[in-house]
Amino acid sequence: MTQMTRMTLAELTTLLRECAGEDETVDLDGDVLDTPFADLNYDSLAVLQTVGRIEREYGVLLADDTVAEAATPRLLLQFVNAGLTEARTRPAQA
Amino acid sequence: MVSAVAVFTGIGVAAPNGLSTPVWWKATLNGESGIRPISRFDASRYPARLAGEVPGFDAAEHIPNRLLPQTDHMTRLALTAAQEAFDDADTDPAQLPEYAAGVVTASSAGGFEFGQRELEALWSKGGQYVSAYQSFAWFYAVNTGQISIRHGLRGPSGVLVTEQAGGLDAVAQARRRLRGGSRLIVTGGVDGAICPWGWTAQLAGGRLSLADDPTRAYLPFDAAARGYVPGEGGAILILEEAAAARARGARVYGELAGYAATFDAKSGSEQHLSGVPGLRRAVELALADAGLAPHDIDVVFADASGVPHLDRAEAEAITAVFGPRRVPVTAPKTMTGRLYAGGAALDLAAALLAIRDALIPPTVNITRLAEGLELDLVSTEPRPCPVRAALVLARGRGGFNAAAVVVGARPH
Repeated sequence: MTQMTRMTLAELTTLLRECAGEDETVDLDGDVLDTPFADLNYDSLAVLQTVGRIEREYGVLLADDTVAEAATPRLLLQFVNAGLTEARTRPAQA
Repeated sequence: MVSAVAVFTGIGVAAPNGLSTPVWWKATLNGESGIRPISRFDASRYPARLAGEVPGFDAAEHIPNRLLPQTDHMTRLALTAAQEAFDDADTDPAQLPEYAAGVVTASSAGGFEFGQRELEALWSKGGQYVSAYQSFAWFYAVNTGQISIRHGLRGPSGVLVTEQAGGLDAVAQARRRLRGGSRLIVTGGVDGAICPWGWTAQLAGGRLSLADDPTRAYLPFDAAARGYVPGEGGAILILEEAAAARARGARVYGELAGYAATFDAKSGSEQHLSGVPGLRRAVELALADAGLAPHDIDVVFADASGVPHLDRAEAEAITAVFGPRRVPVTAPKTMTGRLYAGGAALDLAAALLAIRDALIPPTVNITRLAEGLELDLVSTEPRPCPVRAALVLARGRGGFNAAAVVVGARPH
């Protein structure tokens, strides 16, 4: 499993594009850190699909509530990166 | 609204012999077939290797990027045809009251190719690798849902699943919705499962042609009939309440004047042996619903199974109602293969354009009618002839029979 320390906005938008496409009226390369996913035309299923991919690629497990609470890219990145920090500092399982 | 008249005002087509209505209709009148060796997957080791695939379809060109990760190939074809149908009808559903427009399509299998990919992910890698969009992308109702969402159609909606009879059953359900007070219903069907999983299911049905020559594989009513070639695609039609269509100055292709559905009795049962065959009853009931007599019908679009005993049953039903060689019969699906839920919807589109152009599209590749079939088959060339009323027949595996009568626009 790849151990990554931090997920960036660019990595998140790349996965959003791959998992859920990109609305023609939205510029994901712009300043979207605090733009609600709904305004980026991503519904809860689009975020769910992307979170599943993040979990697999980053080796992190996010609580189901995360999807509901992470209304913006910034909030989702905070959840993911907190999870990554926790995974890194957790003692190895025997 | 029980007496509401239902008229067709828009046509969108995705067919193996042409993507878009004008391209498909020109190819159809020219007798150009879309049946070819399968290209969508490697079918070289399967016993059946021909299909009708929609040519030159670039999904990214027709489908919003957000919809690409969540749609099966046949849903993308359906969305493309629905957009064409709306453009053709020159109407914007956003102008209608919120619940005045709905969607009723037919489906036979759902999104098999999408489903196959996700089931492969499930058993080879695990549940966390399955797309969240699998939750609806392989459903029967997925085309109805995606068309509804994309065009903002929040009125009565649904899906009909009656194999190849579905194209007619859906349009009849759309007419019921108009009679219930809806103004516009998007209907018809687009289908297709040309992937290994879908192909295996179709092979198990035992009716696929195993021939390799595209001109000799699907020969309904021919002495050499040997099963059918499946295809993908179909047609999406806009059905409107006639007064509403007239009020907005819509161009009207024709009216859904009659429809009936019957179900076959169990094979070998007393009813099956002694009763009137289900397909014939459907024809008679559809004519009665339209208020027409057999001599009013100018052309029959046949179900054209390609399976010899089913061809014979259909020819006998037509002859019983119309008399031997008394009505022109055609099967343009010899150029597309059988499209399941899309098949009869495409035949309805062909019937409407036959009315418009006073031209009956041809049946291709039939060289010798099976012995005893008394059909006036329109073969090789289109036949010029005024078409005021057309009968479309469709049968779905398992006993479904449907018949629909479409007539040219008439004053009401």
